[in-house]
Amino acid sequence: MKLDPKVPTGPIEKSWDKARFELKLVNPANKRKFKVLVVGTGLAGSAAAASLAELGYEVEAFCVQDSARRAHSIAAQGGINAAKNYPNDGDSVWRLFYDTVKGGDFRAREANVYRLAQVSNSIIDQCAAQGVPFAREYGGTLSNRSFGGAQVSRTFYARGQTGQQLLLGAYSALMRQVGAGAVKLFPRREMLDLVVVDGAARGIVCRNLTTGATETYSGDAVLLCTGGYGNVFYLSTNANSCNVTATWRAHKRGAAFANPCFTQIHPTCIPVAGAHQSKLTLMSESLRNDGRIWVPKKKGDERGPADIPEEERDYYLERKYPAFGNLVPRDIASRAAKQVIDEGRGAKGALSVYLDFQAAIKRVGEDKVREKYGNLFDMYHHITDENPYKVPMRIYPAVHYTMGGLWVDYNLMTTIPGLFCLGEANFSDHGANRLGASALMQGLADGYFVLPYTIGGYFAGAKLAKVGTDHAAFKAVAAEVASNTAQLLAVRGKATPQELHRKLGRVMWDKVGMGRNARGLKEALAEIPALREEFWKTVAVSGSEESFNQTLERAGRVADFLEFGELLAKDALTREESCGGHFREEHQTEDGEAKRDDRNFSHVAAWEYAGEGKEPVRHAEPLTFDNVHIAQRNYA
Amino acid sequence: MDNHDGGKGMNLTLKVWRQKDSRDRGGLVAYKVENISADISFLEMLDILNEQLVAKGEDAISFDHDCREGICGMCALMIDGQAHGKDKDATTCQLHMRRYKDGDVIVIEPFRAKAFPVVKDLVVDRSAFDRIQQAGGFVSVNTGNAGDANNILVPHDKAEKAMDAASCIGCGACVAACPNASAMLFVAAKVSQYALLPQGQPERERRVLAMRAAMDAEGFGHCTNEYECEAACPKGIKVSNIARLNREFVRAMVVSE
Ligand SMILES: Cc1cc2nc3c(=O)[nH]c(=O)nc-3n(C[C@H](O)[C@H](O)[C@H](O)COP(=O)(O)OP(=O)(O)OC[C@H]3O[C@@H](n4cnc5c(N)ncnc54)[C@H](O)[C@@H]3O)c2cc1C
Ligand code: FES
Repeated sequence: MKLDPKVPTGPIEKSWDKARFELKLVNPANKRKFKVLVVGTGLAGSAAAASLAELGYEVEAFCVQDSARRAHSIAAQGGINAAKNYPNDGDSVWRLFYDTVKGGDFRAREANVYRLAQVSNSIIDQCAAQGVPFAREYGGTLSNRSFGGAQVSRTFYARGQTGQQLLLGAYSALMRQVGAGAVKLFPRREMLDLVVVDGAARGIVCRNLTTGATETYSGDAVLLCTGGYGNVFYLSTNANSCNVTATWRAHKRGAAFANPCFTQIHPTCIPVAGAHQSKLTLMSESLRNDGRIWVPKKKGDERGPADIPEEERDYYLERKYPAFGNLVPRDIASRAAKQVIDEGRGAKGALSVYLDFQAAIKRVGEDKVREKYGNLFDMYHHITDENPYKVPMRIYPAVHYTMGGLWVDYNLMTTIPGLFCLGEANFSDHGANRLGASALMQGLADGYFVLPYTIGGYFAGAKLAKVGTDHAAFKAVAAEVASNTAQLLAVRGKATPQELHRKLGRVMWDKVGMGRNARGLKEALAEIPALREEFWKTVAVSGSEESFNQTLERAGRVADFLEFGELLAKDALTREESCGGHFREEHQTEDGEAKRDDRNFSHVAAWEYAGEGKEPVRHAEPLTFDNVHIAQRNYA
Repeated sequence: MDNHDGGKGMNLTLKVWRQKDSRDRGGLVAYKVENISADISFLEMLDILNEQLVAKGEDAISFDHDCREGICGMCALMIDGQAHGKDKDATTCQLHMRRYKDGDVIVIEPFRAKAFPVVKDLVVDRSAFDRIQQAGGFVSVNTGNAGDANNILVPHDKAEKAMDAASCIGCGACVAACPNASAMLFVAAKVSQYALLPQGQPERERRVLAMRAAMDAEGFGHCTNEYECEAACPKGIKVSNIARLNREFVRAMVVSE
C-alpha cells in the first residue's frame, strides 16, 4: 500500500487555489453521467449530497435513521468556528490554522488544516444565507462566543443547538434537491459492505432496515460520511446508532484506517448514574465561557457544594492554566479532572467535579444565562433532577469524538480509488485532539467546499467502465453480507448484544481510555479477541432476518466494534508517546502533561488490513511542519 | 432486593402495542418489569425489558430512538395516551422513571395518524414530514452563492423568534396529540422561521402555498384550534406560529392572484 497525501507544494496560503486550478474539471453536461453514492446525511453527507446535486451530478443518499435530518450532527450543541474576526479581537485565517494545529498537538497535516481555516468563513456565509438562525447582536450582526484552546471569540452559535440548526440548514438544501429529483433518498438503510470493481469503489450493499432485504446500489464514486466510532467504548456522548460498520468494512476492502487511537474524551459530561445507563450526555464546552470548574481542596470532603466556602475550593484549571483558565483544550481539562478525582478530591468525594454558574448568574442575571444555555440547563435538570441555576452541575469526562478515521489524501480520497471519506469518519484535520466547535466546521468544509471540487478531479482523470448491480462483484458481496447476517442469527445464545457491548466498553474504557499504559493495552489486546470469541458463541439475536430487527442491527455493529477495538488498542500500544487525547502514562512531563516524541512519531499511522487473523500492517505518513513552530503545548 | 443502581426498585406492568408489520392488526401485550430504579430513563426501562426478551429468544419491542437527549426527534411514544408521556417540554427519551411509582400500569403505543403508518410495534413512518419539507421548506441558495454573512442584518429579537420556531425536532408529537392528526404546528414552525428572516422573503409566498398543499396531500387533518399540539410539543413551540402560518397563507393567496 502506498500513501500519497497529494499535498500541493509551494506556499501554504496558495495551496488550495493551486490544487483547485490543477484539478481537471468535468464539464456541466457530463456531470449528469456520474452517479455518486453518499452514505450518511449528517453535516458532511447532507452538505456534499446537496452541493453535488446542485452541480449536476446524479446523487443517491443513505442513512440509518428514518429521516436524513436525524443524523447525529443534530446533537451538536456549542457552536462552529470561523476566522471571520467579526469581534475585531485579532483573529485571522492564520490564527485559526495555528490554533488548530497546536490544539491537535502537531499531529495533523498543515495543508489540510490551512484549507479548513480558509473555507471556514464561506461556511458561515452559506449557512446564514440558508436561514440558519444564528445568535445575533442587537444591531443585527452575528454573535460570537469563546471555545477552548483559543484566545479569540470565533465561535458562531444558535443557542445550545448549533448542530441542529446547521444540520437542518444542510438538510433543507438536500430536501430541495430531493424535491427537484436530483437526489434520491434512502433512509433506514445500513451500509454493510463496499463493492470494489477493478480496484475502484463502485457500489455498496445495504440492509433495508424496514424490510430486512439485502439491497445493492452502484455508482461511480462512494462517499462515506458515516460519523465517528466513539461507541466502541459503549458509553459515550454519541447517539445510540453511531457505529464503525461502514468505515470498518471499507477498511477490510482495502481502505487504510488512520490513527484509530486518537479519541477524544470530553471534560464536561453528566456522570454515569447506574448500570443501566445507555448513553452519556454532554454539557457543551460553551458552558465554560461562564461556568467555573472546581473541586474541594480537601480530600474526601463530603460537604455539599454550598457548604464549602470560597477559600476551600480549588479552581484547578484557573490555578494551573491562568492564560486559558477554564477554556483549556479538552484533553487537558479531562486529564486535570481525572487527576483531582484520583487524588480523592471529587465532588462529595465521588466521580465528578463541579461546574458552577453562581458567579455568572450574579454578574449578568439568571435570564441572560438562560438565553445562552437554557436548553442545556433543562437537559441537565431532566436527567439529574437537580436545578443547575441553584446548585452547581456535577460533571465528569466521557468519550465524545474520534479524531482517527479512514486515511484520506488532500482530496479526501481513501486508499481505494473512488472511495472518499468526509466529516468525523475521516482522520484528517484535528490531529491528536480536536478543538471545540471545529467538527461542525470540518464536516461542512468537507461537504460544501472541498469534496465538490476534488471529486471532479477524480472523475475527469478516471476511466470508469459501466458497472451496474448485475455485475458479479455485487452478487458476491451481497452473498457475503447475507451469510454474515445468517451467522449472527444462527448463534442463538443467551447474551444480548448490549451485554457484550457493555463488556467491550469496560475493557476499552479501563485500559484504552483516558490513561493508557503498555501493560493495560496488552491486557486489552488479549481480552478483546477473547470477547469476540465469546460473542460468536453466545450472542442472542432474536427476531427474523426479513423484518425490522433492531437486535440484529445492534449485533452487527457490536461485532464490528469487537474487531475494530483491537486495532484501536494496537495503535495505542505502538504509538510510544503521549499526544493530545492519546495519553500514555509512560510518557508524561513532570507535571503530568502529554510528552510527545517528535523524532519517532511525527507521523500519521495508517493501518492496512491484511486478512482475517493476520497482523495488520502499519504504514506511516510523515508530517512536516513548515509553517507552525512545533513546540510543547503550553496553555499556562 | 436491591436494584442494579443501589436503591429498591419499582415493579410495573407495561401494556405495549405489538404489531408485526404494517399489515398486521396489532394489539396490546402485557409485560411485567421488576426492580426498576427511579433514576433510569423510560427508554432504559424498555431496554431492560428488551434484553430480557432477547435473552429468552423472543422478538424485542421495536421503538425508534437515537440521541437519547431530546434533540434528534427519533423517539416517539404515546405513553398513557400522552405524546412523549407526562413531562412537559420533554421528549420520550428525557422522561425518567422517577415520575412513576411502584405498581403503576403504563400503556405504551405508537404515535397514531393516517399519515404516520405503523412500521412495526412502536415504530411509525414519518417520511411525510420530509416530503412537506421538500415542497418548500428551504431557501434556494446554492453552495457558494452567499455573500458575507453580516451583509444580512437580522434584529436580535427576530432572530430569537425564528430560533424558537426552528427548534422543532420533527418528532410528530403535534400530529399524534391532535384529534384531527393535523400537522399544522410542524408546518407553521418551518414557515415561521423563514417568514421571520430576511433570507426567507424571496420565496415567502411560494413556500407557504407549497408546504400547505403538500401537508394536505399527505393526508394530515385540518386544524380546529384544539391547542393539543402546543401542550404536547417537547420543544415548547407555540400555536402563535399557526396564526402566523394562516396569515402567511392568506397573504400569499392575495399576493399571488
Ligand atoms: C453531543 C455532541 C455535541 C457536539 N457538539 C459539537 C459542537 O458544538 N461543535 C462541533 O464542532 N462539534 C460538536 N460535536 C461533534 C460533531 O457533532 C460531529 O463530529 C459531527 O456532527 C459529525 O458529523 P458527520 O456528518 O461526520 O457525521 P454524523 O452527523 O454522525 O452523521 C453520520 C451519518 O451516517 C449515517 N450512517 C452511519 N453509519 C451508516 C451505515 N453503516 N450505513 C448508512 N448510513 C450510516 C447516519 O445515519 C448519519 O446520517 C458534538 C458531538 C456530540 C456527540
Ligand atoms: S432519542 Fe433523540 S429525541 Fe429522543
